[in-house]
Amino acid sequence: MSLQPTLPPAAPGLATAPVLAQPVTEASKLAPARSPTMIALRRGLTHGGFLIGASVLGLIVLAALAAPLIAPHDPYAQDVSRRLIPPVWHAKGSWEHVLGTDKLGRDYLSRLIYGSQISLLIGLSAALISGAIGTTLGIVAGYFGGRVDALVSYVVTTRLAMPVVLVALAMASLVGGSLKVVVLVLGLLLWDRFAVVTRAATRQIRGQDFVAAARASGFGTARILFQEILPNILNALIVVATLEMAHAILLEAALSFLGLGVQPPLPSWGLMIAEGKPYMFFQPWVITIPGVALLVLVLAINLLGDGVRDVTAPEGRN
Amino acid sequence: MLSFALRRILVALAVAVTVSVASFMLLHLSGDLATAIAGPEATGEQIAAIRVQHGLDQPLLAQFLAWAGKALQLDFGNSFYFRERVSDLILARLPVTLTLGVVALCVALFVAIPLGVLAAVRRDTWIDRLALAVSVLGQAMPSFWFGLTLIMVFAVNLRWLPVSGNATWKHFVLPAVALGYYAMPAVMRLTRNGMLEVLASDYVRTARAKGLPPRKVLIRHALRNAVIPVIALAAVQFGFMLGGSIVIEAVFSLQGLGQLAWESIARNDFPVVQAIVLVLAMIYIALTLAADLLNALLDPRLRS
Repeated sequence: MSLQPTLPPAAPGLATAPVLAQPVTEASKLAPARSPTMIALRRGLTHGGFLIGASVLGLIVLAALAAPLIAPHDPYAQDVSRRLIPPVWHAKGSWEHVLGTDKLGRDYLSRLIYGSQISLLIGLSAALISGAIGTTLGIVAGYFGGRVDALVSYVVTTRLAMPVVLVALAMASLVGGSLKVVVLVLGLLLWDRFAVVTRAATRQIRGQDFVAAARASGFGTARILFQEILPNILNALIVVATLEMAHAILLEAALSFLGLGVQPPLPSWGLMIAEGKPYMFFQPWVITIPGVALLVLVLAINLLGDGVRDVTAPEGRN
Repeated sequence: MLSFALRRILVALAVAVTVSVASFMLLHLSGDLATAIAGPEATGEQIAAIRVQHGLDQPLLAQFLAWAGKALQLDFGNSFYFRERVSDLILARLPVTLTLGVVALCVALFVAIPLGVLAAVRRDTWIDRLALAVSVLGQAMPSFWFGLTLIMVFAVNLRWLPVSGNATWKHFVLPAVALGYYAMPAVMRLTRNGMLEVLASDYVRTARAKGLPPRKVLIRHALRNAVIPVIALAAVQFGFMLGGSIVIEAVFSLQGLGQLAWESIARNDFPVVQAIVLVLAMIYIALTLAADLLNALLDPRLRS
């Protein structure tokens, strides 16, 4: 490679045009002016799951961002005289505490709103860390193939053999459970699917003309991998990212439920379920409310991911 | 086939060695074990004494070799907490977790395969949508919360089944449902997609054209072939379920391996934690190896 003269690319647009990666579809033949993004957007607006997922997730993100403005009470303010007040739809409920209060008299709705910050933060950061690790491994394995590929596949197999929940619990316990530790542990454990999908997607496009053109133009390997190939497999990565976000959120809830994740008094939804468990026989809503919140959040993320997969598929919905 | 099998077995052995190194390193590098064992009120001298007593003052490599050498003979040392051999503790708890895993897998397969077949046969009808809803919900439901909800409905309100423990078969029903639901979506989707593919194939059309009764075509011709990849998936899911049973066992107070692991983590009883990680990993490796070999036996195209 070093012997090759480093010529400036004659037509830089040629080597970077992402459209080349997309097979020509009926839709693009009929409407040549429309970009893949526009097509995907138009499809998304008629895709039920995508719309529902995006709007519900959007609402939760808004609630998390605006938590100080919309939360009716301080999520940490205790009031022992107002313990375990039921939600408003119960006979004994009141509009003062719409979703009731917990065993320390803290407003459940406010804790739920602030809890969404924790779930979203953990989901996003864990997916970013694991995405960086898995994508790098997968793209390198898919591009080079051969021994590199065999080595990466071996590392992935090894990682899959380790029981995630158990290893995460043990690591969190040794380092001391906290928000930061949970993010790091999950980020370091959940990269396997990223690696597998990136590898497969890279193998599919590494032989295409725009990659060869980039190589012929004398681009460095890093530039080919991350500026030529990565943008073209982004759609697949977004789908995996939503899956792993959902996975990380559920695992955080499980770790916190077992007492080794996010620590009190933070309003993690998993922790709220753990704290409500002793009271669930008489006040079932103490675990139902945070559980439904988790279910709705993860459902919205999964619907969004499935939607993204459908609307970005070259052949459209299937 | 033989060379394929040999190659797979070699890889599985190598993975097993790597996993044991990795799990050992994770535990020893995540924090200072001696400080963790000694507890928060220990003095520096006590910590130093514990370090020497458990051989934690030795170089990491020497510690690993000593541990691995014994682990090969299934001797995982003694529990810090129980003063008992770790292998005895694990053997006492393993049957509970295995029972839970097997029952959960049966629950998952008995619901997911018929549902997947029906969804494929009646594609784009209400039953297909129901199957989709079941699988989407299964992926989004936190398993521990699902378990608690099952307890509230079936044990507390309806009083059909016991709340917790592992005394009788009835105690395994709710935990198996909670754990099995976790494996259901993947099995359901694979069965549905496999059936759709097979139903569109030529030999199914031939079988129909011959005038065979539809049910016979469906079961004898289509399902038989569609279910092959499900076997491999079921093995992998079984491994995942054993690892994930820690949460379910905690919810239902089942005295299995997961519960032992959770308690041992809380007590800083590291020989036990380490051994359980290794045992679960070995079971997973053995299962995937068996699934690979079985698949290759059934489908010669995979032996490349």
